[in-house]
Amino acid sequence: MKRREARLDVGGRVNRDRVLNFTWNGKPYKGLEGDTLASALLANGISLVGRSFKYHRPRGIFSAGAEEPNAIVQLETGAYTQPNVKATQVELYEGLEARSVNCWPTVEYDFGAAANLCAKLLPAGFYYKTFMWPSRFWMTYEYFIRRAAGLGRAPKEADPDIYDKAHAHCDVLVVGGGPTGLAAALAAARAGARVVLADEQSEFGGDLLGRRDVMDDAPAVEWVRKVVEELASFSEVRLLPRSTVFGYYDHNYLAIAERRTDHLHPKDGAGTPRQRLWKVRAKQVVLATGSIERPLVFADNDRPGVMLAESARTYLNRYGVKPGRRAVVFTNNDNAYAAAIDLADAGVEIGAIVDLRPDVQGPLPQKARARGLEILAGEAIVATHGRNRVQSVEVMLLSPEGDHVHGTARKIDCDLVCVSGGWSPTVHLFSQSGGKLTYDAGRACFVPGKSKQAERSAGACHGTFGVADCLDEGFAAGLAAAGAAGFTTAGISLIAPAVEQPGEAGLRALPIVPGRAAVGHGKAKHFVDLANDVTAADVRLAAREGYRSVEHTKRYTTLGMGPDQGKTSNVPGLAILAEALGKEIPDVGTTTFRPPYTPVTYGLLAGRDVGEMSDLTRTTPIHEWHAMTGAVFDDAGHWRRPWYYPRAGEDMAAAVRRECRAVRESVGIMDASTLGKIELVGPDAVKVLNQVYANAWDNLAVGRCRYGLMLGEDGMVFDDGVTARLGEHHYLMTTTTGGAARVFGWIDDWLQCEWTNWKVFITSVTEQWATVSIAGPRARDLVRELAAGTDVSAEALPHMAIREAKVAGFPGRVARISFTGELSFELSVPSSYGMALWTACVTAGAKYGLTPFGTEAVHVLRAEKGYIVSGHEFDGTVTPQDLGMGWAVGKTKADFLGRRSLDRSDMKRADRKQLVGLQVQDPNAVLPEGSQVVERVLKAPPMPMIGHVTSSYWSETLKRGIALALVAGGHARMGQTVHIPLEDKVLDAVVVSPVFYDPEGKRLHG
Amino acid sequence: MADSYFRQTALAPLGLAAKATDAPGEAGVLMSEHPLAEHVNLRGDGASVEFLQVARTTIGYALPTEPNTVTEGTNSRALWLGPHEWLLVAPLGTALVATLGRGLAGRAFAATELGDARAVIGLSGPNARDVLAKSCPLDLNPKSFGPGRCAQTKLSRIAAIIAQRDDAPSYEIYVARSVARYTWRWLEDAGSEYGVAIVAG
Amino acid sequence: MLLINCPWCGPRDEIEFTCGGEAHIARPADPAALSDQEWAEYLFMRKNLKGLHYERWHHSYGCRQWFNAARDTVTHEIHATYKMGETPPVVAGEDGVVKGGNS
Repeated sequence: MKRREARLDVGGRVNRDRVLNFTWNGKPYKGLEGDTLASALLANGISLVGRSFKYHRPRGIFSAGAEEPNAIVQLETGAYTQPNVKATQVELYEGLEARSVNCWPTVEYDFGAAANLCAKLLPAGFYYKTFMWPSRFWMTYEYFIRRAAGLGRAPKEADPDIYDKAHAHCDVLVVGGGPTGLAAALAAARAGARVVLADEQSEFGGDLLGRRDVMDDAPAVEWVRKVVEELASFSEVRLLPRSTVFGYYDHNYLAIAERRTDHLHPKDGAGTPRQRLWKVRAKQVVLATGSIERPLVFADNDRPGVMLAESARTYLNRYGVKPGRRAVVFTNNDNAYAAAIDLADAGVEIGAIVDLRPDVQGPLPQKARARGLEILAGEAIVATHGRNRVQSVEVMLLSPEGDHVHGTARKIDCDLVCVSGGWSPTVHLFSQSGGKLTYDAGRACFVPGKSKQAERSAGACHGTFGVADCLDEGFAAGLAAAGAAGFTTAGISLIAPAVEQPGEAGLRALPIVPGRAAVGHGKAKHFVDLANDVTAADVRLAAREGYRSVEHTKRYTTLGMGPDQGKTSNVPGLAILAEALGKEIPDVGTTTFRPPYTPVTYGLLAGRDVGEMSDLTRTTPIHEWHAMTGAVFDDAGHWRRPWYYPRAGEDMAAAVRRECRAVRESVGIMDASTLGKIELVGPDAVKVLNQVYANAWDNLAVGRCRYGLMLGEDGMVFDDGVTARLGEHHYLMTTTTGGAARVFGWIDDWLQCEWTNWKVFITSVTEQWATVSIAGPRARDLVRELAAGTDVSAEALPHMAIREAKVAGFPGRVARISFTGELSFELSVPSSYGMALWTACVTAGAKYGLTPFGTEAVHVLRAEKGYIVSGHEFDGTVTPQDLGMGWAVGKTKADFLGRRSLDRSDMKRADRKQLVGLQVQDPNAVLPEGSQVVERVLKAPPMPMIGHVTSSYWSETLKRGIALALVAGGHARMGQTVHIPLEDKVLDAVVVSPVFYDPEGKRLHG
Repeated sequence: MADSYFRQTALAPLGLAAKATDAPGEAGVLMSEHPLAEHVNLRGDGASVEFLQVARTTIGYALPTEPNTVTEGTNSRALWLGPHEWLLVAPLGTALVATLGRGLAGRAFAATELGDARAVIGLSGPNARDVLAKSCPLDLNPKSFGPGRCAQTKLSRIAAIIAQRDDAPSYEIYVARSVARYTWRWLEDAGSEYGVAIVAG
Repeated sequence: MLLINCPWCGPRDEIEFTCGGEAHIARPADPAALSDQEWAEYLFMRKNLKGLHYERWHHSYGCRQWFNAARDTVTHEIHATYKMGETPPVVAGEDGVVKGGNS
């Protein structure tokens, strides 16, 4: 097809002094500042922009906005590429690159178009019916189907752009910046409200930008300019153009996607957030989201050149582009006549106005008639012709009932068919807010019913279409919203501009425009959903096959499930379904509108929380030392803890072996700052301990510590730790690293909600103290030096004792607490001294060979002692008895949290999983943690499992593999051989005591 | 004094002092780390007139009883944290814990030093409010949040106390010591579009 | 995203809170006196209502106070919040069905 320049010499909102170069499918073109990609393509005479999803039929630009079903393009290349962008929403910039999707090798000669030839074989549900058998092949079929269907390609590179999020609060959020929204925002702003006005377009004005309305004897856009200027003068008004309100959530919480640099070339947007997600909490919301024109469902209504009437008018008036040279307007209402008149005025020939209504007398039709335009009333288009663009249509007389056509077909040449089937209020956000829709049969559309949230709809989205009425309704809604938000609205002066509003006669709703052949017969297709290639025949087929629910029909036919989410097809589809089912439209109901209104990028949803900011990290006061000495970190409860400290040439295993040897043979040092610490102060502190721990606390002396297990009310162990008594009514509890917040919350909950009159305060002091653990046979030598002035002998400071002391000269504490089974001291100082304490220890410890050790060595050393660890030996399913720790349960205590559950019959079963040690017969074997334990090995799985390995390590001390396991009835199995089937072999192990090392605890008490 | 040589604030490893400028120029956001201070978590019966009276006598001014507000004396400030919980902030050496211990002796209370448990980040400048709005769900509009107000909330993923000091606006952000670096990086990143200058704390 | 009126701090975003499930379940004074069945009722059984639900909330990122809320589990409307120990407000009939609706 020969390319034609379709740009008008004057008019529109484009800047003819600023020419922009862009490429389309690799070829260079020129557009103007103010263009969208779609308007620039039309200006270049390009009508074919893509291939349809299923049949690969040629498709052209169908609309001028968010409802676009056809012009889906791939924008830019490489890391900046974006699939599935609507050309109607892309603002043109210098250097833009775009291409068609869903076609190969080119949009003009598409290989997949063969699908159109087999269309008879591809009815609704075809994929489900054909490829589900044999079921195991579905995955294979699906791969090819998806490839053939494909809608654009996701980038493979990381997104180079910056995205941002922000919270906003306002009295009135106005959604939509057309005449209604502008009026509402102005009213609310004048009343003094904090207003946010968001509109998806690059400039405010909505439909006024695409029309030639006159307000107060000036172009309407002049009124728009003045209003925007006044709004901008209020300090409490935030104007958000290029911002789509895409979600309406509970309690007036709305999400806005602001596109800040999408209208710039990627390289010009670098360094600043490309998009910002606004999370708005609005006291009141005014929805002024306008309406979307409906197409008519007629034979071969998908050919390039078929376009919504109002969109054709927008291209003409806003972008100065003639969307065709000779147009046929096909309508069921008066409104489309305005488009015909505008087109005629701009020099587009009007072949005819084909109106489904037999009697056409409204002011607009009269005006068209006076203008000399031919009106074919009571007629219908029954065919369109043309290969890659419509070249002519055929028109026949429509029966009074609208069920068939008759008479002789008249052929009318045209390259543009402007269709209008009436208007559907954009009720998406209203529906998301929880409001129910009601059906307005007169206008054949759904309108908002009763509000469920602090929200009001106004203007076209409320079913009010005339511009003067919209202004009035907008002002009223803005004022009412401000009033509801607590502002005085009396005396606010609002004078609507004088504007002509021609009256309109009713439309003629016809679900399907009949053609020569019955729907679904013959070659012609009546498309309902252009994006997903769903035809009227498909919807009828679904009804015939028994689909009654609109939700099921939607999924079966894929109606409304494309990138446009059925913005132009939902209501026409419903009408066809209702007719097929012999029901009224409101009885069929609508599908659910869900966020987002239009697609949003993943980048927007991720915001800044990517890369190293993707999750919280916590570091100890000694972190820098660990990092500088090359520690490998282990993440636990957001904490970054040293896992092990490899020396040059060491792997993890070698480093851990060396660290373990140091602790058992000389002395090691560990950063224990991450353990949770809670202070309990008050006369009832001991009552709290007695309730939250399973053991008894009444006789703990000041200066001494005790170990305890914490149980949930279900009797299961959920945390453990040591609590020290610092003073008469003053205790310091330690918790596991990961359990600190949970334990604090657990105790606080009981104190606030049950033990409300207990005299005790609890305070988290985890972060106040840096704690260093010095462990090993030489520990006392080092600590004696560091805590000069404090007697740290076994007599003065025995195991489980604590003293205030100066350590390395800093005010702190010394305690005898051990995780390793070795002679151990915990030194604690306020966190700001933490690094100084650590370096003092390292300096003083050099002569003893002091070795830093990480969490992996701790795990090995504690496992040698049979000490339990959260997440390994206890995981919420294990009682103290299961762990063989009945000694940690106060037998004489009347009550404690979880006590009653320990008496439940299930807790006393002999075959509960119990903690045991496993000694693998091959001493060099280290069982994988999580391995299943079986009594009898069968030839192949499944085989009955009796337990699993909870911890397993190479014990450098014992020079063999050791493991802890939870095994059914384990305590009675001592000495039994059990089996651990692995992928390639079966290992045999003997059930032994979980304490592998120093069972008498001599070293601990040393 | 030798003590200050050994003591480190949470953000000391970032070397902020060396990066600080006294000529922030066009920067929309000024960030700083406050020096170590005494932060005393005070607990007591906020519904008891007697307790509040004795506390007032002890510190020289009334503890705030209106939620999310701050009261101030000559040498310390008190932030409302809960109906029975306050945060008292004073320069090092004030010995607040000891003072409270003497003044409230014999009553149900707990005064716990948490100065080492926290970092305080100063955030001010014309875009300070925009930076906070990126991370925090509070309405920081001057009509609802101004000098003398404080709030515990969530900054991104971080539990924080925010207190506004003046109309600049200047904010103090109190976070746990362990998350100070994450918080700093988050705020610095969020502020980058406005220009960030590091200033002395 | 709910807007929850903390009885102390006023309206705050849901992200500052933790829901603690059904409210007004007191721990039995003498658990040892209960049968397994009675203990299980306390420990495990919850109403799981559709409609008006009295539940515990914790202002975990704020003032750390527990309080109660009368929330409709269908509409998410929060009819009232009230401090621990206060009497639950009467919002709807005993059948748990909210009659008021949104306003």
